[in-house]
This record gives sequence, C-alpha cells and structure tokens, in this order.
Amino acid sequence: MWKWLHPYANPEVSYHLTNKLLPWFSGLAAVFLTIGLVWALLFAPADYQQGDSFRIFYVHVPAASLSMGIYFAMAIAAFSSLVWQLKLADASAAAIAPVGAAFTAIALITGAAWGKPMWGTWWIWDARLTSELILLFLYLGVIALHNAFEDKNLAGKAAGILTLVGVINIPIIKYSVDWWNTLHQGSTVSKLGKPSMSLDMLWPFIFSFIGFSFLVGVIICLRFRNEILARNSIRPWVRELVKNKAC
Amino acid sequence: MNPRRKKRLAIVGSILIGISVVAGLVLYALSQNIDLFFTPSEITQGKKDTGLKPTIGQRIRIGGLVVPGSVKRDAESLKVSFRLSDMTMPIVFKDSDPMITVYYEGILPDLFREGQGIVANGTLTEHPPTGLSIEASEVLAKHDENYMPAELAEAAGQKHDKTTYSDKQLESKKTNSY
Repeated sequence: MWKWLHPYANPEVSYHLTNKLLPWFSGLAAVFLTIGLVWALLFAPADYQQGDSFRIFYVHVPAASLSMGIYFAMAIAAFSSLVWQLKLADASAAAIAPVGAAFTAIALITGAAWGKPMWGTWWIWDARLTSELILLFLYLGVIALHNAFEDKNLAGKAAGILTLVGVINIPIIKYSVDWWNTLHQGSTVSKLGKPSMSLDMLWPFIFSFIGFSFLVGVIICLRFRNEILARNSIRPWVRELVKNKAC
Repeated sequence: MNPRRKKRLAIVGSILIGISVVAGLVLYALSQNIDLFFTPSEITQGKKDTGLKPTIGQRIRIGGLVVPGSVKRDAESLKVSFRLSDMTMPIVFKDSDPMITVYYEGILPDLFREGQGIVANGTLTEHPPTGLSIEASEVLAKHDENYMPAELAEAAGQKHDKTTYSDKQLESKKTNSY
C-alpha cells in the first residue's frame, strides 16, 4: 500500500490526480444532488408532525455529518504531516479547513432555522448544539493558524497540533445525544439497526448525502490544486504549466 | 520506519492518548451538569448517581412527556397547565409515576400535544393541590428522531393536530403585556 501511495507525495503527481478526479466528482455531484434534492423537496412525503418543515433535514443532516467527516479527514492529514512531515499533507489540511468550516456553519444555520418553528427557539445550550459550535471555532482556529505564519511548515505544524487536539470533539458531537439529555433529537440514520425513517423519505436522503459528499470532493480538489500551485510556484513544472496555459 | 519518525509517532500518539484521557475525565466529572434538564423523577427523588435535587425557588429546566388528559387550558386567556412524566420506553403512563405540573402562560410550540416530549424552563414551586410544580417562562417542544408520512402515522395510531387559539385568548395576551 505504501508503494502505491508514495508517488502522490510528489506535488506534480497529486496535481494531475486532482485534474483527473475533478470532472468525475463534479458530474457525480451534479447528478446525485439534482436527483436527491428534487426528490427530497418536491416528491418525498411530508412528515406527520412537522409537515413540510422537516425537509430541511435533507440539507441539515448531510451538512452536519460531513462537517464531522471533513474534520476527521483533516485530522488524518495533520497526523501524517506531523509524523512523516509530508509537505503535501499540510497543503491538503489547509485546503480542507475552510470547507469544513462552511459545512459546520451551514449545519448550525439550518439547525437554527429548523429549531425556531419546531422547538420554539433558535438556539439552546444543549450538548449537541454547543459541541457543534465548538467544532466551528476549531475550524476557525485551524484556518487562522495556517495563515498566521510566514513559514508554511511552521504554520502546518501549529495548525496540525490544534487539529489533533480538537479531534476529541468529534465523538463528543456524535454521541452527545446518547450520553446526555438534550433538546436535540437522537440519530435517525447513522445508528445501529433500522433507520427511524420510512423508506420513501430515506432514499432521497441517501441521494442528497452522496451528492453533498461529492460536492465536498469537488471543492477540496479545487482548493488543494490551488494550494499545491501556490506552494510550488517557483518549481519548473509549475512555470511550464503556466506558460502552456498562457499561450 | 526510521527512528526519527518513530519518535514523532510516539509523541503524537501520546498527545492524542493524553488528550482523550483528560477529556474523558472532564466529561465524567461534569456528566451531571451537561444534562440540559431534570426529569420529573430527578426532581422528586434526586439524580441517580449524585442524589442532587433542585430546591424550591430554584430556576431549572424540566424535560418530560406531557401526560395525556392532563392539559388544562383557560378559555379566556393563554394560561395552560399540564403534567409531565419521565420519558421511559415503552411509553406507559401510570398514576404512581412521579409527575410534575407545569404552569405556563403563552403560545405553545406547534409540536405541543399530549404524549409529546417537552422541555420547560422556569421556577420550581410548591403548589398546595398539585405538589411540586414549575412556573414556566418558556416551553420548548422536543421531537423524536422518527419521521414518517401522515398515512403511515395514522396507521400506527399517531396523529398530530396543532393547538389552536380563539381570538379571545389571543386578545388577553395583548392586554396583559401592555
């Protein structure tokens, strides 16, 4: 496996990999998001209690679970950058952080918009909401550290340590609704046993979840490419690339 | 792996383990305080592990299920009272269960109904006829993680009707607040 991964430690190889992946990710994201969201917003049945308001579920839940998944990916990058000192791992962590922050913000905002009509309040300091807010602050801290140092290696190291310290928050977010009593309801889809949702409501969710995941892939590929180019701007292969593009 | 990488791996690994232990201990120590609300049985008998019990006059949050048949609404105003019982599975309501009466004046959330989970924020008081009760300033609906279309819900014997208000009741709110 290491032999297979090794070539991607080279920025040029990774750059061309993102080039190959991008059209696939974009196409799949467009297909799955269109099917999933149209199905979810127009054709899925309304909930017996919440009526049409429950449809915000199809944006809120993918955003929230991706905000945790993205953090985990960033933590793996930070880990390999700290242990193996891979410069590219730093670049990918720097590329991933703002995407995660955006999805955390989407989860918090859609959650507030959903909470007002259903619970009767925009915000409550229960364990789930508070830990998700902490996740947003962690992302913002990581972004700030990546930009705080002139020396990119030093910045990557500082941000990496914060990322690894913050990874403890991920299981807390996930299990907060089981460990403590909260206003937020328990997990509907990601739990052992049957999902607590009828199938004609679950299928559009699966489609939109896959769609959002590919969308994250697209955005991260784009940002990662930029990051590689910015960090290697003095290399001959980047100059060559720019020259060819310019003509 | 060369020795330098091994050393770094050891350092990073021990940081991770150390942090998990610290976070675990902190959460364990705080576990009772992170709970959002007291359940009715915790108010009457104290918390299970620590025996912590709220005192009369304390501002607390209570969470429980609205006991069917206990909702009393004033015809002229927005005053409402209902009893809450523990959220235990399976849901059965017995008279012997610890129950707390909640008094509230205001519009209830859309999801409020008998049998629904509710979180109320208010002062713990002792009312002569009903015993321990909460004078609530805020009532929030806690819904569960189950979603289903109306037809399925009806087949399962679940129905949801929004609380409706007469003009007279809504009028009383205006005169009260000015």
